[in-house]
Amino acid sequence: TVMAAPVTNDQSWFFALALGVSFLKCLLINAYHSTDFEVHRNWLALTHSLPAAQWYYEATSEWTLDYPPLFAWFEYGLSHIARFFDKEMLVVQNLNYASPATILFQRLSVIVADVVFFYAVKECCKCLREDKGKYLLGKPSFILTVLLLWNFGLIIVDHIHFQYNGFLFGVLLLSIARHFQNRHFEGALLFSILLNLKHIYLYIAPAYGIYLLRCFCFTQSNIYASPESRINKLSIDLPQVLSRLFPFKRGLCHAYWAPNIWALYNIADKAFSILGVKFKLLDINKLPKASMTGGLVQEFQHSVLPSVSPLATLVCTVLSILPALFRIWHRPNGARGFLRCLVICALGSFMFGWHVHEKAILMAILPLSLLAVESREDARIFLILSITGHYSLFPLLFTTQELPIKILLLLLFTIFSLTSLKTLFRSGGALLNPLEATYLLGLIPLELICEFVYPLTVWQKTFPFLPLMLTSIYCALGVTYAFIRLYISLLTCSDSTKKIKTQ
Amino acid sequence: MENWSLFSLCVLLGLTSRWAVSFHSYSGAGKPPMFGDYEAQRHWQEVTYNLPVHEWYFNTTNNDLNYWGLDYPPLTAYHSLVCAYVAKLLNPEWVELHASRGYESHSHKLFMRATVLFTDILIYIPAVLLYCFYFCDGSSKQKVATALCILLYPGLILIDYGHFQYNSVSLGLALWGILGLGLGWDLFGSLAFTLALNYKQMELYHSLPFFCYLLGKCIKQGLTGRGFFQLAKISLTVLVTFALCWMPFLSDPKQPLQVLHRLFPFGRGLFEDKVANTWCSLNVLIKIKTLLSRETQLFLSFALTLLFILPSSLKLLSKPNLWQFKLALVNSSLAFFLFSFQVHEKSILLAALLMFFLFVFFHSMLPLLVKDGLLLPYVVTSLAFLFLSLYLLSHLTRTNEPLFWYFPFHFWFSLVAMAVLSFTSVWLEPPAKFPDLFPVLVSILSFLHFLGFIIYFNLVQLMEPQRKKSQKKTN
Repeated sequence: TVMAAPVTNDQSWFFALALGVSFLKCLLINAYHSTDFEVHRNWLALTHSLPAAQWYYEATSEWTLDYPPLFAWFEYGLSHIARFFDKEMLVVQNLNYASPATILFQRLSVIVADVVFFYAVKECCKCLREDKGKYLLGKPSFILTVLLLWNFGLIIVDHIHFQYNGFLFGVLLLSIARHFQNRHFEGALLFSILLNLKHIYLYIAPAYGIYLLRCFCFTQSNIYASPESRINKLSIDLPQVLSRLFPFKRGLCHAYWAPNIWALYNIADKAFSILGVKFKLLDINKLPKASMTGGLVQEFQHSVLPSVSPLATLVCTVLSILPALFRIWHRPNGARGFLRCLVICALGSFMFGWHVHEKAILMAILPLSLLAVESREDARIFLILSITGHYSLFPLLFTTQELPIKILLLLLFTIFSLTSLKTLFRSGGALLNPLEATYLLGLIPLELICEFVYPLTVWQKTFPFLPLMLTSIYCALGVTYAFIRLYISLLTCSDSTKKIKTQ
Repeated sequence: MENWSLFSLCVLLGLTSRWAVSFHSYSGAGKPPMFGDYEAQRHWQEVTYNLPVHEWYFNTTNNDLNYWGLDYPPLTAYHSLVCAYVAKLLNPEWVELHASRGYESHSHKLFMRATVLFTDILIYIPAVLLYCFYFCDGSSKQKVATALCILLYPGLILIDYGHFQYNSVSLGLALWGILGLGLGWDLFGSLAFTLALNYKQMELYHSLPFFCYLLGKCIKQGLTGRGFFQLAKISLTVLVTFALCWMPFLSDPKQPLQVLHRLFPFGRGLFEDKVANTWCSLNVLIKIKTLLSRETQLFLSFALTLLFILPSSLKLLSKPNLWQFKLALVNSSLAFFLFSFQVHEKSILLAALLMFFLFVFFHSMLPLLVKDGLLLPYVVTSLAFLFLSLYLLSHLTRTNEPLFWYFPFHFWFSLVAMAVLSFTSVWLEPPAKFPDLFPVLVSILSFLHFLGFIIYFNLVQLMEPQRKKSQKKTN
């Protein structure tokens, strides 16, 4: 069953996939949007109405500007187009303004900005080592395109919840592709631009730093430093900007616990305190009132285990990624080794970071897709990480109307990734071992309990955040497992610099 | 990739687009006092739940037939009853007699949309999958592509999940009927089709081909002997099914008459709204509605329908094979749509079921969809569907010509015309003298297309040219 010989452009399938997902995004214009929608509307308003020097001081709305300056300039640019849709959205005092024209404009801006992401994906496809396949559906580039363009996490976070991650990840993937193509200056420049768009990418800055230092900074001088300093001249008032960018007053965990180590730490603490009280080892009056699952961003006091401070998390994060950085320093495995280290940095920061958002898991999943279509072991890790990570995003869309959409889209992505990667790595037996498969299948009863059964029980009123906690902990297991496996694969892979043509 | 995974991806995409369209407005949203089809369906739940069966189709103090009286056959009423039981469990206010008129709320909308999705998954989608799997010729990739195109057909999605109706039930049952006949399970096919007929009387459009095909098949088997026996079995199945569906109404002779009176409202005019059929288009030139008397109108429409349907049916009777059957279905439904009495826009779905590619049908519904506030889904789904079908078609047929030359120029001309009309309908103001200019233009344009189609398909069926793969796939 060979597909008809390519008649028109060989790349027409790429265009078809991109157009198809854009249509889907357009259909979701009317879906639920989170407070992030108001956040961006507010930023449109304040960049449009105020002079640049005041952008980081404006505090009429609670959603102050907490992205770096380049993103503020991006919003400023958008605001000039927004004028033609609805002038009222650009008034700072119009809090929670959401007319149909506003919604249309903002949604379309995300959809159009995704063009950057499309371009980046196209470039990444060119970097694949081999792209042969018996038919179109089995080609690595096709699979990679679908895994990236139709990524479940990106669609629901960007086009329902509302954010601009597609555009930002496009810049990241483009930077990675440039490194694969040996255009290192462009890669570094793009990463600097990215850091100035959203500072969360500091998570992976160590990987960039070590890789570029190791491979190039000893031969060429200052290629990394110069773009950075040029762009920093665009900043206005550094201390004020920094205070808005890094609000450490927020708690260890987000309102909903990201499935990382601290979620497991919190639950262990809770378990110990309950057991301690039961076995009369602890005095119940001395324990702080349990407010962790109160749902609001706040400091948490641990009862049994030592409290965790931001510094402690930083130390843990650095410790967790240090071995990978050392490995890349000693045995740089070319661009692929760099990419693996990048994913580990992203995942390590996710696992041990302070106040991590569950959306940050995308920073590990998306780059990992590139590795997944080329190596069997990476495909395994990708499946576990992506299915678990994507499932952990479910609490972001808590409305009944969006329930079928998120289930259908997750099933779509999961079935596609499972079957296509299984077909790609057909030789060598099953991709997932029984334990892993059972764990992933366990997500189905988890979903049924959390979203269908639990709300009908009497505990819904007394412990309303129990399903969130369960989801977070179950997923934390999978994410941790993927992290460990990824590390093992990095530390044990042989030095294949000779096999790779580019270095 | 295995077939099952490809088919499930198609289903998931189809379901996602359906549910995403359901986020948008429905017919009559926020428009008292009459609202729209959505309120009609809710009202039927209220009526069937609270009133005894013998009052459903009658004008009583409790049941005002002028406010969305039941005008579909009993199976729809039973379906509404089942939905009403569920509604009562969730929120009794939704089906409170009299008090729930015009009830609108977000959770109620979710409930109603969910009922459509449920029946869609239960009846229509399995039928489509089986149809594509067993009755499409071509490689497995072509079957999957066909399934995808059928499942993403915007017409059904927007009418069922936007405007709000349950066409997937009747169309699905009719499709099961076609499947049954195709697999040689004549009894099952007849049963399914009879159920479809008892769900929506619009299925009459397809009844003549079914009848002719089965009759022709029995004749071929010899009217004395096996053929006769087969005919008897089929007739018995049909009669028993009818009896079961109409059982509550058979106690009193007044009942079935009243039901029929509601189902076939010859009291209403030749047409309502701007519909792409002959009468509506003709009315632009000659005001038939006022020129001819009611009886003459009735006779004229009946005669022309029969005229256009006769050749196709006779041919099928003489040559009862599956290909003839499919073509006859197309011709028959087109004929009914174009010439019969009291046709609504949605009737065209019946012909469309068999011709996924024909975009025109969907475009002709534009005025209705704009009225319902469904412009955005209309634009998105039609562009997506058009693009997808063109793309898949060009890749799955073995041709080396570029896409542009593959279709005759009038195809592209039609597309441009439809695009221009869509644009002007929405963005431009019609001149004061002709306030309905754009809906009428849409109807006329569509009518001309349909007329062309019916002539073309009749020619194809009657003359049976060499069966090469023409670009209009009659799957």
